Amino acid sequence: MTDLTRKTAVELSELMASGQTSSVEITQAHLDRIAAVDGAVHAFLHVDTEGALAQAAAVDAKRAAGDDLGPLAGVPLALKDVLAQEGVPTTAGSKILEGWKPPYDATVVSRLRAAGIVILGKTNMDEFAMGSSTENSAYGVTHNPWDLSRIPGGSGGGSSAALASYEAPLAIGTDTGGSIRQPGSVTGTVGIKPTYGGTSRYGLIALASSLDTPGPCARTTLDAALLHEVIAGYDPRDSTSINEPVPPVVEAARRGDVQGMRIGVVKELGGEGYQPGVEARFHEAVELLTKLGAEVVEVSCPNFEYALPAYYLILPSEASSNLAKFDAMRFGLRVGDDGVNDAEKVMGLTRAAGFGAEVKRRIMLGTHALSSGYYDAYYGQAQKVRTLIVQDFERAFQQVDVLVSPSTPTTAFPIGERVNDPIAMYKNDLCTIPTNLAGNAAASFPCGLADEDGLPVGFHVMAPVLRDERLYTVGAALESALAEQWGGTLMSKAPELEVSR
Amino acid sequence: MTVTAEVLDIDTALATFDPVMGLEVHVELNTKSKMFCGCPTEFGAEPNTQTCPVCLGLPGALPVVNARAVESAIKIGLALNCEIAEWCRFARKNYFYPDMPKNFQTSQYDEPIAFNGWTEVVVDGETYRIEIERAHMEEDTGKSLHVGGATGRIHGASHSLVDYNRAGIPLIEIVTKTIEVPGDKAAAVAKAYVSMLRDLLLALDVSDVRMDQGSLRCDANVSLKPRGSSTLGTRTETKNVNSFRSVERAVTYEITRQAAILTGGGKIIQETRHWHEDTGITTAGREKSDAEDYRYFPEPDLVPVAPSREWVEQLRGTLPEQPALKRARLQKEWGFTDLEMRDVVNGGVQTLLEQTIALGVAPAAAKKWWLGELARAANEAGQDIDSLGVGPAEVAAVQQLVDAGELNDKLARQVFDGLVKGEGTPAEIVAARGLKLVSDDSALQAAVDKAIEANPDVVEKVRSGKPAAAGALIGAVMKDMRGQADAAKVRELVNAKLGI
Repeated sequence: MTDLTRKTAVELSELMASGQTSSVEITQAHLDRIAAVDGAVHAFLHVDTEGALAQAAAVDAKRAAGDDLGPLAGVPLALKDVLAQEGVPTTAGSKILEGWKPPYDATVVSRLRAAGIVILGKTNMDEFAMGSSTENSAYGVTHNPWDLSRIPGGSGGGSSAALASYEAPLAIGTDTGGSIRQPGSVTGTVGIKPTYGGTSRYGLIALASSLDTPGPCARTTLDAALLHEVIAGYDPRDSTSINEPVPPVVEAARRGDVQGMRIGVVKELGGEGYQPGVEARFHEAVELLTKLGAEVVEVSCPNFEYALPAYYLILPSEASSNLAKFDAMRFGLRVGDDGVNDAEKVMGLTRAAGFGAEVKRRIMLGTHALSSGYYDAYYGQAQKVRTLIVQDFERAFQQVDVLVSPSTPTTAFPIGERVNDPIAMYKNDLCTIPTNLAGNAAASFPCGLADEDGLPVGFHVMAPVLRDERLYTVGAALESALAEQWGGTLMSKAPELEVSR
Repeated sequence: MTVTAEVLDIDTALATFDPVMGLEVHVELNTKSKMFCGCPTEFGAEPNTQTCPVCLGLPGALPVVNARAVESAIKIGLALNCEIAEWCRFARKNYFYPDMPKNFQTSQYDEPIAFNGWTEVVVDGETYRIEIERAHMEEDTGKSLHVGGATGRIHGASHSLVDYNRAGIPLIEIVTKTIEVPGDKAAAVAKAYVSMLRDLLLALDVSDVRMDQGSLRCDANVSLKPRGSSTLGTRTETKNVNSFRSVERAVTYEITRQAAILTGGGKIIQETRHWHEDTGITTAGREKSDAEDYRYFPEPDLVPVAPSREWVEQLRGTLPEQPALKRARLQKEWGFTDLEMRDVVNGGVQTLLEQTIALGVAPAAAKKWWLGELARAANEAGQDIDSLGVGPAEVAAVQQLVDAGELNDKLARQVFDGLVKGEGTPAEIVAARGLKLVSDDSALQAAVDKAIEANPDVVEKVRSGKPAAAGALIGAVMKDMRGQADAAKVRELVNAKLGI
């Protein structure tokens, strides 16, 4: 048997169906891979060896009993540590939740379980999903498998790095301002942000409630679509969940035909500040889509330039309130409880010790933006900008089926390069943020390597609300055309990681 | 506890100042599940047994609005003549308190479900109109228990325990506009308003309105302005007053306290105040400024609430009749005079009477027990009449025994005394205290014979043509029987014996 960790989820599924391997074997292969390379990558915060093998054995037993299994049953997956998994440590990358084991499953997690997907463990992330580099994790940085001296993107750097290092064929991320797409882009993998409300937030430790969206991460478009289908759909436990059928994403990923599709290149997302190698690969991909029969036009979204400032008022405002529950009273870290300090003092000491610098920065920002006398000037204005951005999208989608741009302005930058320059760090999410503000669907697909540094470039596709299948149509078309050009997937060009035993 | 400044007597205070009031009443709804999750809402369960990730505010958990609570909110709004919002939202009220799981309360702020209403209360035969600013939905907090101190208060306690069973129970907060009524009526109007609300909420069947269990709590805002002035004074907010009587007392106390300070040239501090039932005073809580910053913003975890007009109208159709109309109808049905009905209303026993009469008790008898025996007992105990431990069912049971000739009124009063003291059911008390009327003719006959033998002079008077004198014999028999005899029966036996 060739290395099981190099297979896609679809291939693994076929191997299991034909009896050539078992879920236990596949799971063990990935656990071995994690043991071999994660010391260098640090994609995982917690590996649930026992739990994963037990889940795998259960799926194998069901298959042996002839049970009807879903297409991804028995395939292993890496879960971003921001989703509650019953009895398994869940920290959101923060010291304040060190060792906390949720007494319940997130809806996404229960759907993974129901589909027989094996959860290998929890992946590293920027603390409370605040960051664009996974350098803000309280548990150390994650390294980009393409170049270990570089960042894997953030906040879901752990999930994307796990895919790029072949530690898992599937992963779950969450996208608040680009935290699925941006790491997908810089690790050469696929990252999908479904329509807001298309996937349940129940059990997702909230960063910004009106922006957070769980989504699938994979190495291929079809794998992502299959995972999308498992986790998406109405959840009565999430009031913002949309009670509509899941868009036909798998069908779109299988077909991948862009003939006659109208594609809009967003004028405002490109040019100055964008790495030449990123722009070059992006334009080549657009040309490729034209050759495949798509009609490409330039579209203007004039209010996108205000998305970043609006986002950096709305996000911290909601976050400041969402993080108020971390008060040392009921769960997680407690510092200074010596019988003399009162509750407020204990809370203060705990937060001082438990929250990292970026979290504190955003709590301060959000608290200020919501405070009386400033609300209208900051939060209120930002909400107005949000409405303008929604209108930009609506106008654009009257002309075209999807919008496209580079996923990120640059490829993966060196670890440490931007830690002292929050604004430069924030700009990484320039292309992805408008989508979160509007709540529509978007994705990043690998589209080549930048000439300057040989690092992956992401192709960003945005679709209207509940038209998620269009992302997969474009992604699949691009993926097969590029595979033909390269004679394989982009990931096959990644350097081999040094394996330590 | 620090006792505050001296108070002015109320008449002196009202000669100089006009009180201005605002009342905020919190009502716990009687829904089966909590405001934002499926946890049960039963009162008195073991601490922290009625909780889940949602009402504990665990990371990742999300709220979902209880549709039944929205229905109750709309009914309350309609009953208070409010407009019902076509579209409204929840907001987050951010502040820290250990018994508040999320450290924000999911509430409504500038977009309440009901607003701009009015209602009426009757005090001493006068009708007063109360304007309602809004009624909004929110969730209750948990409960802190401070352990190790002498007073049970946080001061001096060694540690605190928190019970989250109450966290997330649906609340409706009903807020009045400024109430300006003649000062000598202010406290009575406040009491009458809360009492009226209680009756209304009971009739709507949206709350148990058990003030002793905290399911109806009143915050009273009181300020004073010099007579004839239109400038509002600084207000205080007396929190969590939980009986009708206490509402009246607390308002009166605040008027007299503030008047004493102002008369002495002092200033009123804007603050919350605690009401002390035992001493009848308020003490300072935390200082509260207008700028207290709750950083309200629309709750992003919940979609807006948009009740359809059809639904609202359908609910309007289910409303019980307005209290004033109902009062007129009942008076007629019960055959009470204006004065009798006013006593019933002012005594706060209309609903109790209704329920008692519904159990088959004659209106006059129901009125006799509630306004006589039970009102007196409540007054003596310094309690509200509905927290005495005697309900319509008990009154009906006692009256049934009277009707059956097993008790007379005097014995019935002893049964009520037993009920107030918690000695058991009426039947148990009758048995335990040996209160049953003696209906055994031979025992009565023996007592009559004894009385006739012992009072030859009385017998002589009766026989010489003064039948009224027989009363003394009847009295002697009743005394002999310790009151446990039917007086009419005794008279019959005496008369027969003496041949009258």
